[in-house]
Amino acid sequence: MSNDTTPQDDAIYDLAEAEDAALAAKHTKPLSQGRLVLRRFLRHRAALISTIVLIFIIIVAFTSVGFAGIPGWWDKSYLAAGNVIDGGRPTLSLIPTWLGGDGIRLGEHPLGQDSTGKDYFALVMVGTQRSLIIAFVVGIVATTIGAVMGAVAGYFRGWVDNVLMRITDIFIVIPLLVLAAVLGAIAGNAGGGIFALALMIGLVSWTGLARLVRGEVLSLRERDYVAAARSTGASAFRIIFKHLLPNTIGIIVVNATFAIGGAILLESSLSFLGFGVRAPETSLGLLISTYQGAFTNRPWLFWWPGMIILVIVLAVNFLGDGLRDAFDPRQTRKWSPRRLERLRAEKGLS
Amino acid sequence: MLKFILRRLVQAFGVMLGASVLVYVLVINSGDPLADLRESNARNRDLLIQQRIEFMELDLPWWQRYLDWLGGVSRCFIGQCDFGTNRQGVDVGTLLGQAAASTLRLVLLATVLALIIGVAVGILTAIRQYSGLDYAVTFGTFLFFSLPVFWAAVLLKEYLAIGFNNWLQDPGFTPVQIALIAVVLGFLMQVLLAGSVKRRIATFLVTTVFFAIVMPTFTALDLFRNPQLGMIGVALLTFAVALSVTAMTVGLRNREVLVPALITAAGVSIMQLVLFNVFVYYMNWGVLILGAVLAVALPWVLARFMSNRYRSQAIIAATVTGVVGAGLTTLDHLFRVWPTFLNLKPRPISTIGSQTPNFRGGFWETFLDYGTQMLLPTLLLTLISLASYSRYTRTSMLEVNRQDYIRTARAKGAPERTVIFRHALRNALIPIATIAAFDFAALIGGAVITERVFGWKGMGDLFAAGLDQVDPAPVMAFFVITGGVAVLFNLLADISYAYLDPRIRV
Repeated sequence: MSNDTTPQDDAIYDLAEAEDAALAAKHTKPLSQGRLVLRRFLRHRAALISTIVLIFIIIVAFTSVGFAGIPGWWDKSYLAAGNVIDGGRPTLSLIPTWLGGDGIRLGEHPLGQDSTGKDYFALVMVGTQRSLIIAFVVGIVATTIGAVMGAVAGYFRGWVDNVLMRITDIFIVIPLLVLAAVLGAIAGNAGGGIFALALMIGLVSWTGLARLVRGEVLSLRERDYVAAARSTGASAFRIIFKHLLPNTIGIIVVNATFAIGGAILLESSLSFLGFGVRAPETSLGLLISTYQGAFTNRPWLFWWPGMIILVIVLAVNFLGDGLRDAFDPRQTRKWSPRRLERLRAEKGLS
Repeated sequence: MLKFILRRLVQAFGVMLGASVLVYVLVINSGDPLADLRESNARNRDLLIQQRIEFMELDLPWWQRYLDWLGGVSRCFIGQCDFGTNRQGVDVGTLLGQAAASTLRLVLLATVLALIIGVAVGILTAIRQYSGLDYAVTFGTFLFFSLPVFWAAVLLKEYLAIGFNNWLQDPGFTPVQIALIAVVLGFLMQVLLAGSVKRRIATFLVTTVFFAIVMPTFTALDLFRNPQLGMIGVALLTFAVALSVTAMTVGLRNREVLVPALITAAGVSIMQLVLFNVFVYYMNWGVLILGAVLAVALPWVLARFMSNRYRSQAIIAATVTGVVGAGLTTLDHLFRVWPTFLNLKPRPISTIGSQTPNFRGGFWETFLDYGTQMLLPTLLLTLISLASYSRYTRTSMLEVNRQDYIRTARAKGAPERTVIFRHALRNALIPIATIAAFDFAALIGGAVITERVFGWKGMGDLFAAGLDQVDPAPVMAFFVITGGVAVLFNLLADISYAYLDPRIRV
């Protein structure tokens, strides 16, 4: 590296040596790549909290209203209309009685009811579930296509690269929302459910990853270990899937996360415009679209699905940020002077 | 260089052609164009269906219809565009003209604002990496990235627009509000200006006291319904801008930069006095645009000929002074008509439409009407693209800051201002060019949602209605504009990239 020795760098080297010594005393075996990534990830506080929030939302969304025929623990159906109690106001209360509130309780309809008395908690949970399913399918489809396209283009170069990259360009030129809206309309009119829609969105959101993976593979393919693999007679298929793609896993995982976050927003936008999920299916975007007129009378019908989208996407983005830091130590933060001071004091350095 | 541009042009043309085939095929297969007629109970249903099949040429194979469309559009090269007609038989070219005007007005303004503010915020957070400000801005950008646009739009409508309109009926603050707002602003100012603990406390106190005095004063003078700036105010502020821009670029000691800036400020002050009657009685869009052009051109020429060693700084200082001065003059005239405007439109910030129907007023009133109608959608689009610009600028600045030549610049004793603005920022901005190009096109695409929420008759409306009716002509017209803008801006970004960084030219 360089010989620059700003005070901060000096301190970091001191610390690094101290930590190395401590580590050497503890471990005899060096940590594996996976363990290193995990350790760096766990250090990213925002990402860690986000992961916990996300897991919590996923568990609640799938267990409360049930999934694929298995009934959940929430006893009300999202389809059944009922009596509207207290104007459908939410019964959820988080303010304890000694602060003048109603005490911490869920109540009969924690997120309220809509104008026909449907339980809004059940409705929002079903919507969350559907949005999550769509997002994950999009993530898987887009990541697979993007990674394979990029790796093939980068490995073979020449005309294969040219053709694949021009195809990528074609998809990039058309605004994502437009392409997704047209495909969403096709999926909807063909009577496909949320999986058809998810597949369609996935088919158009792979372009960014393809470019990134291609760039990475272009440099990886010149490495010696690839030459070695080639000289032992490994097929192109084997080199791409065994040697190149595993080495781009960092980029792929980080991008898959961001793709999932983007997919939730895209799905909700499409549903809002009427080209996404359609009734009787539901999703968070469709709920907002359905109840935006109710804002003045029943604002909670509008607030809850939006807040949940916001929380999910925010958590996913922080998670992606944490993963990026974990996979790519070059981008890890320098320590702030204050933190450095504290660490120095802890380690007993000058 | 010419070969490079030509190659990119041919490539871009091919990509555009391929994309147009893709969109066309997808759109005509996206549903049943006869769906509404099939379900209708009209007695002449079969006739209607027959008519539509003939009109939309549904009996022809797709490639023939596509080639027809392509033939019409390719006449654009000889100046006779033919975008075809939509299902109702209206010429799409005419529709597109109106729609593009309102959408581009929106998107262009939002992009310019987001770019300026975003880059500034990016620089600031990069300089103050890991400060409270940096963390707050980082969280803010993540928040805006994750916001569902339409949801935020409805919230803006409900709280900002309606709340502000209600408040403006009888503007004023309760003492509690004043205290709260002043303390919050003081806190924010302290975060923004930073420094030692002593300085932070001083900043906080000064800001808090300032707003605690200003807010009731404004209410007492009724400045919210009857704002005053005046010609003297414009002149004073313009001179202040001239001084501060000079201070920011090279420092006040440098006469070569200071003098043109001050002359420009004097020029603005005199012009607004001389042309006052023109601005009040004979104002139109032509005068406004001419004024804007002159506000850039005259200071530029002035600074160009009055400087030699610090030419670029002098030009920046003078033109910034000119533009801000012209802007302040405009603001002054807007302030003058604000009370009349409020009589015409008592609830100024509207949530629907790109202009008030049947609005009658002079030039400035119409100007204000457009402005207030645009306020919410522009604010929304700006906030959203602001997030990405500030993030990218920050990353890019931090990257550049690590380079050796920045350390060299610091080591040879260049002032921090010069290091940041002359050495670091210039190189950090190169990647932003590409992002801005893509973002602009994406923003037009994204305007589909904004227009739907705010009830604008723009390109997004054209697209959504066209897709709903499985009508290719409007959708394709929308695509030609967005795709064309994407390709064109990308090309421009590539060329400027190659110009700024010769290593890229291949």
